[in-house]
Amino acid sequence: METRNSIRPPGPIVIDIENITKDYVMGEEIVRALRGVSLKIHRNEYLAIMGPSGSGKSTLMNMLGCLDTPTSGRYEFNGKNVADMDDDELAAIRNREIGFVFQTFNLLPRSTSLRNVELPLIYAGIDPATREERATQTLVEVGLGDRIHHKPNELSGGQRQRVAIARALVNKPSIILADEPTGNLDSKTGEEIMALLEDLYQRGNTIILVTHERDIAVHARRTVHLRDGLIESDEATMPQFEPAMVDYGH
Amino acid sequence: MKRFLYELTESWKIAAAQMRSNLTRSTLTALGVIIGIVAVTLMGTAIGGIQVGFDKSMAVFGDDVLYVGQWPWRKVDDWWNYRDRRKLKTEYAEPLNRMIQKTANSNLSIAIPTSSVFRSVKFEDSEVNNVLIRGTVSDYIITSTFDFKEGRFFNELESRGGANVCVIGYDVADALFPSETPIGKAVQINGQPFRVVGVISRQGSFLGLFSLDSIVVMPLPAFQKYFTAKSEAEILVKVKDKSKMAEAKDELVGLMRRVRGLPPEKKDDFSINEQQALKSTLDPIKNTIAMAGLFITGLSLFVGAIGIMNITFVSVKERTKEIGTRKALGARRRTILLQFLIESTALCMLGGLIGLLFAYGMCFLIGVAAPSFPIKFSLGLVITSMVVSIMTGLFSGFAPAWSASRLDPVTALRYE
Repeated sequence: METRNSIRPPGPIVIDIENITKDYVMGEEIVRALRGVSLKIHRNEYLAIMGPSGSGKSTLMNMLGCLDTPTSGRYEFNGKNVADMDDDELAAIRNREIGFVFQTFNLLPRSTSLRNVELPLIYAGIDPATREERATQTLVEVGLGDRIHHKPNELSGGQRQRVAIARALVNKPSIILADEPTGNLDSKTGEEIMALLEDLYQRGNTIILVTHERDIAVHARRTVHLRDGLIESDEATMPQFEPAMVDYGH
Repeated sequence: MKRFLYELTESWKIAAAQMRSNLTRSTLTALGVIIGIVAVTLMGTAIGGIQVGFDKSMAVFGDDVLYVGQWPWRKVDDWWNYRDRRKLKTEYAEPLNRMIQKTANSNLSIAIPTSSVFRSVKFEDSEVNNVLIRGTVSDYIITSTFDFKEGRFFNELESRGGANVCVIGYDVADALFPSETPIGKAVQINGQPFRVVGVISRQGSFLGLFSLDSIVVMPLPAFQKYFTAKSEAEILVKVKDKSKMAEAKDELVGLMRRVRGLPPEKKDDFSINEQQALKSTLDPIKNTIAMAGLFITGLSLFVGAIGIMNITFVSVKERTKEIGTRKALGARRRTILLQFLIESTALCMLGGLIGLLFAYGMCFLIGVAAPSFPIKFSLGLVITSMVVSIMTGLFSGFAPAWSASRLDPVTALRYE
């Protein structure tokens, strides 16, 4: 378990947000979901975003995932200004730079694992042969080499989430954005999924975990706490971490 | 471009999977389009059939013949102005032909006198009523479009001599001589015997209104001997070049005025008719019927289209979360729009195809059961039906597909 708790050296900045706000109009009321959040996330980071419901956690995740644009503030993704991109440009960023893992897996129910994993590659315009090869390879990587032609209803919850993770990985995104990835799994399966994420982190992926469970958040190396639309704390989370174990070798 | 192609193939696959997994729903929805396409296609075949019958009826008049008569071939509001016109005479043919001969570069070739009445025709105990009896000359055959089932037309000698010979139409022959050949037999008209020399092959009916086969044609002198009362004369003039109908008509008007001795200040007291003029009178009626028919049957297709639109809206609603997921994975607006457009179009195409098969089967059955019913199935109709189906799919799918493509990914993902 030596590598399990090791921190990989942070790379260049992937996400740079500064003083982001987001207002929603709910009926006649304006809800200020984010009130000025600044955050820098580097490549090779494993970050958890925590906070109770209503803290702005989901809104921040939607911003980071380029599903939504901020009301004000600056957002740079790999140096590109995302804040004023249009729908199609955002779609392209989501396709190439972000891998989503959802609490409810969000697999297409009538498609096989392979077809589910191929989906982002179709939207990226990859040819069918390469698509199948890469999707298969990614499924093997997440340990589903023998479930390629199964449909979601023929898979267990853990296996479904693995398919979803393979789908998030297949386009080699800059970040993996996991929203309560264990929320619909029992704790044993949840741990398996967290182990897989740990493994992906160790292999050089950048992971952003959104959760309200402390047990899950502890897997990350850095935790950002949100409360009432503001960052309450932003610190390293390494309860088992001992400085001697940090591996700066890479 | 390549990406668009992949998205297109993907959309077709999704559409096929979607139809398979919602089989009942898809079938019921497609049924609306099927009924619509069957209705429109059958109406199309009926219109095609009417067109064919119309052209066939028109062909009887020949497109290179002018008809000089007392009445014009159209509806007249001031019938009293025509009623009192001087009677037309068969004798006009002679001076007309003389003048045509003398005119250099005449557009006309020959004038044929005809005179007609309606009489009964008898043979032994059989009788046919209301047969058109027409007296004319042997050159009449030049202006006619008919063939002979048996025998021949009367010759010039018989024509000039006014022999009691005649040529009978198919219906007359059929009624009077069900089991023997009429050639050489004598039919009785007005108590006079006329020897049959020929039988005209079947001409059908004019627009289904009256039979063109209930006719007896005989030499003019013989006709004039027995049937002068209430007979109506008409002079047929064959035109040399049918591309110069207008000039030919003008020339004929001039000749007729000379024959009639009309001073310049008097109006024409005869009418010159032609197939084209009749056609242009009847065409708008035919087209109105066609348009009305297509419009009414088109309504059923419209109802089918609304069904498709409805089901596509339902599909979009049901799959809101899927749309959100697809958007999160990088689907652009265009991708989503395309996906749902193709779904509705695929459903309509399938409906159109099945509808077309049904329509073809029904046409076949109608053709077998009622051969005289005007119906015509054509490749053009197949292509039109398919294009209409595709257009219906695009039309009915657009609104739901558009709303799907505009969905906000965050809202869509959160939708349960």
